[in-house]
Amino acid sequence: MIGFILKRLLQAAFVVVAVSLVVAVAIRMTGDPALMISQGATNITEADLQRIREGLGLNEPFVVQYANSLIGLLTWNFGNSFVGGTPVNILISRALPATLMLAFTSLLLSIIISVPLGIRAAVSRGRWSDQLIRICSLVGLSFPNFWLATMLVLLFAVTFRLLPPSGMSGFESFIMPTLTMGIILTATNVRLVRTTMLETLNSQYIMVARAKGLSENKVLYKHALRNCAIPLITYFGLQFGGLLGGIVVIERVFNWPGMGTLAFDAVAARDYPVLQAVIMILSLMIVLVNLIVDIAYGFVDPRIRKE
Amino acid sequence: MSAIARLLRSPALQRFASLEFVLGAVLLIAIAGTVILSGWLLPDPTKISLSSRLVPPLVNAAHPLGTDALGRDILARVASGGWISLQVGFISVAGSVVLGVAMGLVAGYYRGIWDMILMRFADVQLALPFILLAITFVAIVGGSITNTIILLIVSQWVQYARLVRASVMSLREREFVLSARAIGVADRNIIMRHLLPNLLGPVVVLMTLNVANNILLESSLTFLGLGVDPSIPSWGGMLAEGRTYLQTAWWISVVPGLAILLTVLGLNLLGDWLRDLLDPTGRTSR
Repeated sequence: MIGFILKRLLQAAFVVVAVSLVVAVAIRMTGDPALMISQGATNITEADLQRIREGLGLNEPFVVQYANSLIGLLTWNFGNSFVGGTPVNILISRALPATLMLAFTSLLLSIIISVPLGIRAAVSRGRWSDQLIRICSLVGLSFPNFWLATMLVLLFAVTFRLLPPSGMSGFESFIMPTLTMGIILTATNVRLVRTTMLETLNSQYIMVARAKGLSENKVLYKHALRNCAIPLITYFGLQFGGLLGGIVVIERVFNWPGMGTLAFDAVAARDYPVLQAVIMILSLMIVLVNLIVDIAYGFVDPRIRKE
Repeated sequence: MSAIARLLRSPALQRFASLEFVLGAVLLIAIAGTVILSGWLLPDPTKISLSSRLVPPLVNAAHPLGTDALGRDILARVASGGWISLQVGFISVAGSVVLGVAMGLVAGYYRGIWDMILMRFADVQLALPFILLAITFVAIVGGSITNTIILLIVSQWVQYARLVRASVMSLREREFVLSARAIGVADRNIIMRHLLPNLLGPVVVLMTLNVANNILLESSLTFLGLGVDPSIPSWGGMLAEGRTYLQTAWWISVVPGLAILLTVLGLNLLGDWLRDLLDPTGRTSR
């Protein structure tokens, strides 16, 4: 078990270092921040540009800049934003909770809907309710998330004026973003629950549970669901990256003050420290979630440990 | 029972004529038909006509789906945007398949260093959210149809490589491969004649679903201003323009979105049907 955890930790560490290297190189290829900062100003000489670069620490060798960014990630100190000079960790500490709260509410909503629906579909396999649930989930899978978001705005904010069209202010503002991501996640999750449940229902202990006369509900929710939980949690963990990516997109539609908005503003201004911090923190979280899922899985299912 | 009735009830045909297949095929034929015929039947999608701005749908026979803020015909623009989306969807998938299958075959058959590099690469790819990769990529090289296709290939080929690698690793231990190797068949021929044909099923299923997904990704990139040039009619671009007129002209945002939804749904239905047909063990299931 210790060996297994160490191996996974090592792999995760490698991924983080590799991602940070790719990001650091790629960001420096996007363009010169000094030009962006001096945009609009007249009489900018090459000496002025040099001074700006010096001030931003861009004249250090790449290795030094990269090492600093790795140390920054470990110490949660990402330097200051090139635009306005706010410390990056303050920007992050505002944006990250906004994005994570949305991820949490969407996942919660999708689990509440998809688990009972998926079980229903599995139990009535091949019958019309199964077909209906399958087709509905395919329709859900085919929705562009940003368009679904726009349509919700059209319905609830423009036509009925029930909800605020954008921004993060109180409970109401969470409804539309959560619905958007929740519906799309549910479409995927219903199919996952259905497939997993079908596999479980075929196993022998379910037959035994039925044979000893347990009620169908008890068989489903106590025996089958409990055994589905492990693979399902793994799938939900693997979705985390896609979920964050989706939220980054719809943040633009709802003007949500999260990591996506931060990233878009940062790339427009070639604000290296901010963009780098956003990408690294989101990647780090994806790696961590996958690591936790992997290790937890290794605890529960010894077969995983020796592959 | 007559022969025809027996044929109609045969399991093969029942599967073939499933609801999913019929719905998917009808949707895709309708969309492809509109896109192909639009060049002859519909007005120029870029023609500005300020006298007929913001015409609602179903009011003016010349503009069945209405016009946008510059008086351009929405049906013509949607059809022309469909061409962009289908192009990006199919070319990007073709590119990812070629790259991914080749890498997956090499990694799965020879294992060793290639395999390790591929798997670590896949790990890195999985940890980078696509949209953040796209933001950075487009900041470096700019947005265009070609760059969108390149970006999609770069971010999607790993899926094929992983799928092929996993299949090859189990296939190479099977008797027919072992015996081929025993009688001295060259590696190249084993890969081309014995492995590749057995991989086609799952790869084709993944391709169908991937075209759908890439059309979604392309439209979101363009919507965010990271994809196709805004001067070219495209679904994502039309949706981005429509947001300004949500209060007054809902149809500008509704029509292109429906076009994306129906196209992607058609492809997903076909992909689902193909999966039941070609890959019953569910290697490509999500």
